[in-house]
Amino acid sequence: MSNSQIASKAPKQARQLHFHILRFDPHLKGDKPRIETFIIEESPGMTLFIALNDIRRNHDASLKFDFVCRAGICGSCAMVINGKPGLACHTLTATLDTDISLAPLPVFELIGDLSVYTGNWMRGLNERLEAWIHQQEEHDFNRLEEPMEPDLADEIYELDRCIECGCCIAGCGTIQMREEFVGAVGLNKIARYQIDPRDKRSDADYYELIGDEDGVFSCMTLLGCEDVCPKNLPLQSRIAYLRRKMLQIGLTSVQDNCLCVSTPT
Amino acid sequence: MKIIYTDVLVIGGGLAGLRVATGVKARGHDVTVLSLVPPKRSHSAAAQGGMQASLANSAMGAGDNEDIHFADTIKGSDWGADQIVARMFVNTAPKAIRELAAWGVPWSRVQRGDHQAIINTKKVTIHERDDAHGLINARDFGGTKKWRTCFTSDGTGHSMLYAMDNKAHEQKIDVQERMEALALIHDISSKNEHRCYGAVVRNLMTGELLAYVAKATTIATGGYGRIFSVSTNAIICEGIGQAIALETGVATLGNMEAIQFHPTAIVPVGILATEGCRGDGGVLRDVDGYRFMPDYEPEKKDLASRDVVSRRMTEHIRKGKGVASRYGDHLWLDITLLGRDHIEKNLREVNDICHNFLGIDPAKDWIPVRPTQHYSMGGIRTKYTGESSTLKGLYSCGEAACWDLHGFNRLGGNSVSETVVAGMLVAEYIADFCDAVHSTVDINSDVVEHFIKCEQGKLDTLLTYENGEDAYELREAMETIMMEKVGIFRNGKDLEIAVKELQKLLKRSKQISVKRSKSKAANPALENAYRTQKMIKIALTAAYGALLRTESRGAHSREDYPERNDKEWLKRTIMQWSKVEEDLPQVSYEKIDINSMELPPGFRGYGKDMTISHPTSAIRQQAVDQAREKNSIIGDRFSLQEMLMPYKHLLPAKYRTKNERLDEGFSNE
Ligand SMILES: Cc1cc2nc3c(=O)[nH]c(=O)nc-3n(C[C@H](O)[C@H](O)[C@H](O)COP(=O)(O)OP(=O)(O)OC[C@H]3O[C@@H](n4cnc5c(N)ncnc54)[C@H](O)[C@@H]3O)c2cc1C
Ligand code: SF4
Ligand code: SF4
Ligand code: FES
Repeated sequence: MSNSQIASKAPKQARQLHFHILRFDPHLKGDKPRIETFIIEESPGMTLFIALNDIRRNHDASLKFDFVCRAGICGSCAMVINGKPGLACHTLTATLDTDISLAPLPVFELIGDLSVYTGNWMRGLNERLEAWIHQQEEHDFNRLEEPMEPDLADEIYELDRCIECGCCIAGCGTIQMREEFVGAVGLNKIARYQIDPRDKRSDADYYELIGDEDGVFSCMTLLGCEDVCPKNLPLQSRIAYLRRKMLQIGLTSVQDNCLCVSTPT
Repeated sequence: MKIIYTDVLVIGGGLAGLRVATGVKARGHDVTVLSLVPPKRSHSAAAQGGMQASLANSAMGAGDNEDIHFADTIKGSDWGADQIVARMFVNTAPKAIRELAAWGVPWSRVQRGDHQAIINTKKVTIHERDDAHGLINARDFGGTKKWRTCFTSDGTGHSMLYAMDNKAHEQKIDVQERMEALALIHDISSKNEHRCYGAVVRNLMTGELLAYVAKATTIATGGYGRIFSVSTNAIICEGIGQAIALETGVATLGNMEAIQFHPTAIVPVGILATEGCRGDGGVLRDVDGYRFMPDYEPEKKDLASRDVVSRRMTEHIRKGKGVASRYGDHLWLDITLLGRDHIEKNLREVNDICHNFLGIDPAKDWIPVRPTQHYSMGGIRTKYTGESSTLKGLYSCGEAACWDLHGFNRLGGNSVSETVVAGMLVAEYIADFCDAVHSTVDINSDVVEHFIKCEQGKLDTLLTYENGEDAYELREAMETIMMEKVGIFRNGKDLEIAVKELQKLLKRSKQISVKRSKSKAANPALENAYRTQKMIKIALTAAYGALLRTESRGAHSREDYPERNDKEWLKRTIMQWSKVEEDLPQVSYEKIDINSMELPPGFRGYGKDMTISHPTSAIRQQAVDQAREKNSIIGDRFSLQEMLMPYKHLLPAKYRTKNERLDEGFSNE
């Protein structure tokens, strides 16, 4: 059923929603950031996905935004909704006031209006953290797979559920001051590989990646990230765990390098 | 004009495209992947329930092997599949899943000892053996004899795609996102054959047009579900890959009418609730709360093949047993009997979706569902190597292709499995092709420029044409036609109207003008305009194919021709659009040879047998039975298979080896 059909079946007393959208197209010469307001009628079960498409279809065909799965699975549609980062596609308008403000995620490169370039940012992060399994040797795929404790597999999946939506980055105070900060998404990735026995990297290797001021130590653990993560990842406990781990490594490596303690008395 | 050269161009960054890319890169070829969106956001990420591979680790999968997986797949396809391809597939699937395990997918694992499961609404205790502990687990899915569908909760596609994309990072594969292929570059080569040389591509952020020129071009752009107004597919599954192949006038599409409807998409938005819901013990109920599937299908019940369940649900709704709602009638999916723990662990996405989109708790409430467009069995027709049957240098795999693993109905869990397996195999064939001297690109840059200019011209026309048609309107009209006239049950009268109406839309689509948004850079209205032009063509191939096929096979169900007619219709629909000015594609048929089948056509086992048999089927069946008898004296299942339908010589050498299982030791012959 098309959006307009849904709208036409709305009851008479349907709410009028006022969308205040931050508009700006950096590719258009002379364009300036501005807020534009669109008024549409709410329909039952309306999500921001449905509402934004309604606006594009019936009011302004140039409005830019990103949706792919429209089911809260792919991480494409994160934006700042009434001041808070979240996934637009699984946000029901019924849960919002009639005045709804929408802005693109900060930090990421702006493509236009509500569309930002999270893809290259996440790719850069993945490359920097080498977010892939570092195997020692190739597994012969004709043979039985390596067994893994069922609970451990579940634990890895729990962290693997990150959808790289960028909400945690948009909600993070540290990143405003440190552009290179890996953010909760980055720390979560390291936590994910760190518990994965298939990845043969040592804690010292991880320390190399996040044991500095752009890594785990500049996180202020204020937990803006966990509040906004649409997948409810256990960011708080994972960051705390990594911090402890990395602190241990940091201390040992200081001892290893430090002459005064290298000869026991 | 910008022209970029590479060895292999892969259009599509989903599971299929990425696996081709890693494969050819490992063989030492340069590769560039293009994608509309960051690869990790491709539709593959939405696959929930699982991936089929006959590992036989879990108790309910014990005894499983390639033979059973093969038979399930062929029966599921209603004998439309290519049996050689299916054999290649079932032998490679266990390798694919084990490779993915090594690349980081945290597959759910078998826990030794007793555990409880719900089977046929009863609690049963299942015992898992000690030596299976920690190996990859499997769940039940529709149309399979064994529990064969391996999973990570219900985020299987997500975890597979992430592992795959991370692998691509490790291999430093060049991925260009927010790039859209608009046309294939092709010409008659110096060897006087039709050859594909790459694609004209539009940067969706800047609007710039560029050309990628390559020895081999692969289309892995997924399905065309969005020609329907309601679909479980991501909104980017618009069939553009199939359309640009069709627009060459040379490449062919196969079985475009073969479209699957999934029984359980939530109403009204069409978001999927995985088949894993029923696989794990959930059931369908009607307006009275009555479990109706056992009445229709006493044996497989709620877990009959997808096409069957979707039809039974529709029949039941037509009998007045649906639940009325403002969005039309629906039925209920009841997973409350699985318990909250199970739902929160193994059906997490479904749980989230129910809470977020319906505001219900699936551990307590029933889920409103209705059969909805879900999967495209049809696509770019290829040989078993993935190469287009008619356009050299063009390859396709995954949902975009008609490789023909699925025939007229795909089994749940066989699609993500196909994407990876086909990616593995096709990468090898492409690498072989690129290794050969004759693959050198012998195209003149004038030709490339001509293709770019031609596409630029089309875009300019769309932007400057005054008072033309509104693309949004045409597109909605197309979606509605498909929905109402080319759906689960089809008939000649409606299909005829559908084709006529689509032809009118096609004509009107030549006069689209982009309204209210004239930017040449990122411009959603412009994108909608050119995609709509392409989508109408794809819709036509599907509707026309359905009109011509006067039988019912798998998901293609004709009320006026309810029999599966092997006598006349054991063949693939092949379409080519060689004359641009015509308003219909040219149709031909490709016969499916019974004499070389390992599993000759038979009764699928659902409802009443309505097959009009082909006389050859019985003869071939006799030959197969004799071979089986002869083999039983000295041979094993491998020698029998070899006798009936040799295929291993067609596989790339590295994938010919047998698969080890707990009860089937490893022998490296
Ligand atoms: C909701 C849902 C659940 C599913 N669950 C399962 C399951 O449990 N088990 C199973 O086996 N199957 C499942 N399927 C089916 C399966 O997910 C898909 O068939 C499969 O993932 C398709 O993969 P693909 O690589 O062929 O294409 P996709 O993953 O769709 O990728 C297509 C790629 O092509 C790109 N692209 C498209 N057009 C262009 C263009 N013109 N130019 C450049 N790039 C382009 C896109 O950006 C994307 O990267 C499910 C499907 C749905 C809809
Ligand atoms: S806890 Fe750390 S990562 Fe999370 S928002 Fe605060 S500073 Fe950022
Ligand atoms: S950690 Fe959560 S908020 Fe951050 S990118 Fe991943 S899913 Fe999004
Ligand atoms: S569109 Fe995929 S998460 Fe919103």
